[in-house]
Amino acid sequence: MSCQCKGEAGQGKKYAFIDRIIERHKDEKGSMIPILHEVQQEMGYLPEDVQAYIAQKLGVPLSEVYGIVTFYALFNTKPKGKHKISICLGTACYVRGAGKILEEFEKQLNIKVGETTPDGLFTLEGCRCLGACGLAPVLTVDEHVHGRLKTSDVAEIIAQYKEEK
Amino acid sequence: MEFYRSHVLICTGTGCTSSNSRALIDTLKKELVENGLEKEIQVIETGCFGFCNLGPIMVVYPEGVFYCRVSEADLREVVQEHFVKGRVVQRLLYHEPNSTVKTTEFDEIEFFKHQKRVALSNCGVIDPEKIEEYIARDGYFALAKVLHEMTPAQVIEEIKKSGLRGRGGGGFPTGMKWEFAAKAPGDQKYVVCNADEGDPGAFMDRSVLEGDPHAVLEAMAIAGYAIGANQGYIYVRAEYPIAVERLTKAIEQARKLGLLGKNIFGMGFDFDIGLRLGAGAFVCGEETALLTSVEGRRGEPRPRPPFPANKGLWEKPTIINNVETFANIPRIIRYGADWFASMGTEKSKGTKVFALAGKIKNTGLIEVPMGTTLRTIVYDIGGGILNDKEFKAVQIGGPSGGCIPAALLDTPIDYDNLIAAGAMMGSGGLIVMDNDTCMVDIARFFLEFTQDESCGKCPPCRIGTKRMLEILTRITEGKGKPEDIDNLEALAKTIKSSALCALGQTSPNPILSTLKYFRDEYEAHIHDKKCPAGVCQALLSYTIIEDKCRGCGLCARNCPVNAISGKVKEPYVIDREKCIKCGACMEKCKFGAIERK
Ligand SMILES: Cc1cc2nc3c(=O)[nH]c(=O)nc-3n(C[C@H](O)[C@H](O)[C@H](O)COP(=O)(O)O)c2cc1C
Ligand code: FES
Repeated sequence: MSCQCKGEAGQGKKYAFIDRIIERHKDEKGSMIPILHEVQQEMGYLPEDVQAYIAQKLGVPLSEVYGIVTFYALFNTKPKGKHKISICLGTACYVRGAGKILEEFEKQLNIKVGETTPDGLFTLEGCRCLGACGLAPVLTVDEHVHGRLKTSDVAEIIAQYKEEK
Repeated sequence: MEFYRSHVLICTGTGCTSSNSRALIDTLKKELVENGLEKEIQVIETGCFGFCNLGPIMVVYPEGVFYCRVSEADLREVVQEHFVKGRVVQRLLYHEPNSTVKTTEFDEIEFFKHQKRVALSNCGVIDPEKIEEYIARDGYFALAKVLHEMTPAQVIEEIKKSGLRGRGGGGFPTGMKWEFAAKAPGDQKYVVCNADEGDPGAFMDRSVLEGDPHAVLEAMAIAGYAIGANQGYIYVRAEYPIAVERLTKAIEQARKLGLLGKNIFGMGFDFDIGLRLGAGAFVCGEETALLTSVEGRRGEPRPRPPFPANKGLWEKPTIINNVETFANIPRIIRYGADWFASMGTEKSKGTKVFALAGKIKNTGLIEVPMGTTLRTIVYDIGGGILNDKEFKAVQIGGPSGGCIPAALLDTPIDYDNLIAAGAMMGSGGLIVMDNDTCMVDIARFFLEFTQDESCGKCPPCRIGTKRMLEILTRITEGKGKPEDIDNLEALAKTIKSSALCALGQTSPNPILSTLKYFRDEYEAHIHDKKCPAGVCQALLSYTIIEDKCRGCGLCARNCPVNAISGKVKEPYVIDREKCIKCGACMEKCKFGAIERK
C-alpha cells in the first residue's frame, strides 16, 4: 500500500483541495462521482487514504467509495506514467489492425496493456472509440491524437515522447 | 456588424482536430493578417462535416468550395490564389475515389449527395461555441413556439405524430415515452440526455454534441415543458473532452440569454441543465444503470418495470433520450410532424445518422433517410471497399448488433428490417468488413467487449458471456470441438431470455448473426483448423512461394527467430516448427512471395 500520509495532523492541510472540491458540491444531489472526477484530476489517481478521507468527509462508509472507484474504469488507484498511451480498440480500429499496434507497443515498451514502465514514463492502455474512426487505427498520447498508424510508427512515437520527458 | 466577403469553415471536430486542424486555423489567421485580409475573410471553427478521413476539411463560402486534407504548407497558396486572385486551388479539391475528375462544390460530392441532414443540419455549418450562430439558424425558435403557442399535450401529440423513435438503440416511440412521463403523478420530474455513447465504433452523438450542442439543450427544455420537468441532466462520457467543453459553454451562454434558468421567455417556465460525466463503464449507457450513476452510485442496472417514466432518477418520473433523438426535436417542432414523417419507411420515420468506418473508402459520419439500402451507403456514399476488395459484411449495432452479409445489401435499413436480419439499429455504428475479416474473430472481439463490460450483477451475463468467450477463443486458437457450435447456440438462448438488462440479453447477437450467415467459417475453424480470412494466428502458416522468391534473403534477416533459411538467389524456406507467425517476413518481402494461409 503506497500510503503517503504523514499522520492525521498533516492530512488536513494536504487535503485542503479536497475540502474545497467537496464544499463546491455540497448542495448537489449525487455528487460523489463528480467529486471523485475532480480529485483524480488534481492527483492523477485515487489512493486508498484519499478514498478514506472522502468517505469520512461525506459521511459514507469507505466501502461505498471503494465500490464506486473500482466499478468505473476511469478511476484508478495507482499512479499513472507521465505519458498515457491509449490505443483505440474500438471496432473500426480493430478491423483495421489496432491489435497489431498494441502488440508492437507491448513489445517495445516491454509492458502489458494496463501497466506502467518501470521508469514511470509511459502507461499503456486500450480504450474505446475515440470518434476518429476515419483515421483508424488511432491512439492518443495524453491529449494528442495520432492516426493512420502503422506498426512502423511505433518506435517514432515512443521516441518523440521520451525526448519531451 | 462586420461584413465579410468570404467565410472559411474549418472543422474542429475530433476527427479533424486529430488531423491538426487547430494549427491550420492559427496559421491561416496569420496568413490573412499578413495579407491584410483579416477584415474581409472570416475564419469560422465548426463541428464535424462528416467526411473525417479527408480531414482537415475547409469549405469556402459563398462559393461552397470544398478543400480536403489541407496542410499548413498549402495555406499560403490558398490565400494567394483563392482569396487574393479568386482562383480555386485545383490541387486541393476533392475527387471521387473511382475517378480523377475534381469536384469543386460540396453538394456535388457523392458522399453528400445521397444524404439528408436533419439531426446534423448544423454540424459543420455553424460555430458551435457561439449561441448567436445557432439562433441565426432559427435556434430556440422551437422552444419559443412551444412556450407561446402550444400546450404540453400538444407538444407530445406533435412528437407522436412525427413517428420519431429513439435513436439510442431500442427504437421506442419518443412521443409515447413522453406521454407516460407526463401522465405519471409527481411534482418533481426529470429530463435526462443519454450521451454515454458506448458502442465501441460509433461517434455520432459526439459529433452532434461537438457540432450543435444548443440543439440538445433546446430539445431538453422542450421535453421539460412537455412532461412538466424543470431539471435536466446530460450524462456524457468523460472521454469526450471537446464535447464536455462545448456543452459547458453552451449551457452558460443559454443561461446568460435567459434561454435556460428561471422564467424562460417570460412565460413562467423554469428549466435548467446539469452535466454529469460518465466514468468509463459501458453498462451506464443502459438507462436504469445510467440513472443510478447520475445518482452517484455504482452504475448497475435494475429490473424494469418500473420504467423510468414512472420511477426514474431519485424515484421520480424521468424521461431519458438519446442525443440524436433530442437533436431531431427542435426541427420537428419547427417544420412540423408531417414534414418529418414524410421521410423514412412506414414504421421508421425521419433520418438516421451512421458512423461509417472500417474497410471502406469514405469513412465518416453520414445521415440518410430511414429505408436507404446498405448498398447505397456502402457503394454510393462510402465509395466502395478499400483497395477494391470484396465486400463481406457490415456490422451494425455494435456489441448488441450483428453482421449483415452481401446477400442482404439491398435491404432498406430501418428498425424492423434490421431486427429481422438478426442485427439491430443500436446507436448506428456501421463497420464495413472485407474478405480479410474473420467473422469468428469479430464475434470474439465483441464478446470480449461485453464480457469485460458486464457489471456482474446477474449470473447469466457474468458467467454466460465468459463461457461463450472461452468457446470462441478456443475456436480461434484452433482448439474448437465439434460440439462447440451447439453449445454456443444453447448458451445464447439461455442468456437472451434470462439476463437482467439488455447488455446481457443482446450479448449473443454478434455470435448468432455470424453463425447464421457465416457458419461455414466456424466449421472451417473447428473441423479443418483453418481460418479462411487469414486472421487467426494459430491457424495460419506462412509459406514461401518458390516461383516468386528471388532469394534475396531479406526475410531471413528479418525473422526474429531464425526460422527462415536458404541460399542467396535460390528460393528460401520457412521452418514451420520454429515460425512464430509474426508476419515480419511477409511485411518485408518486396516480391509478394510469402503466403499466409
Ligand atoms: C448495454 C446498453 C448500452 C446502451 N448504450 C446506450 C448509449 O450509449 N447511448 C444511448 O443513447 N442509449 C444507449 N442504450 C439505450 C438506453 O438504455 C435507452 O434505451 C436510450 O437511451 C433511450 O433513448 P431513446 O429512446 O432516445 O433511444 C444502451 C442500452 C444498453 C442495454
Ligand atoms: S474505433 Fe477507433 S476511433 Fe472509432
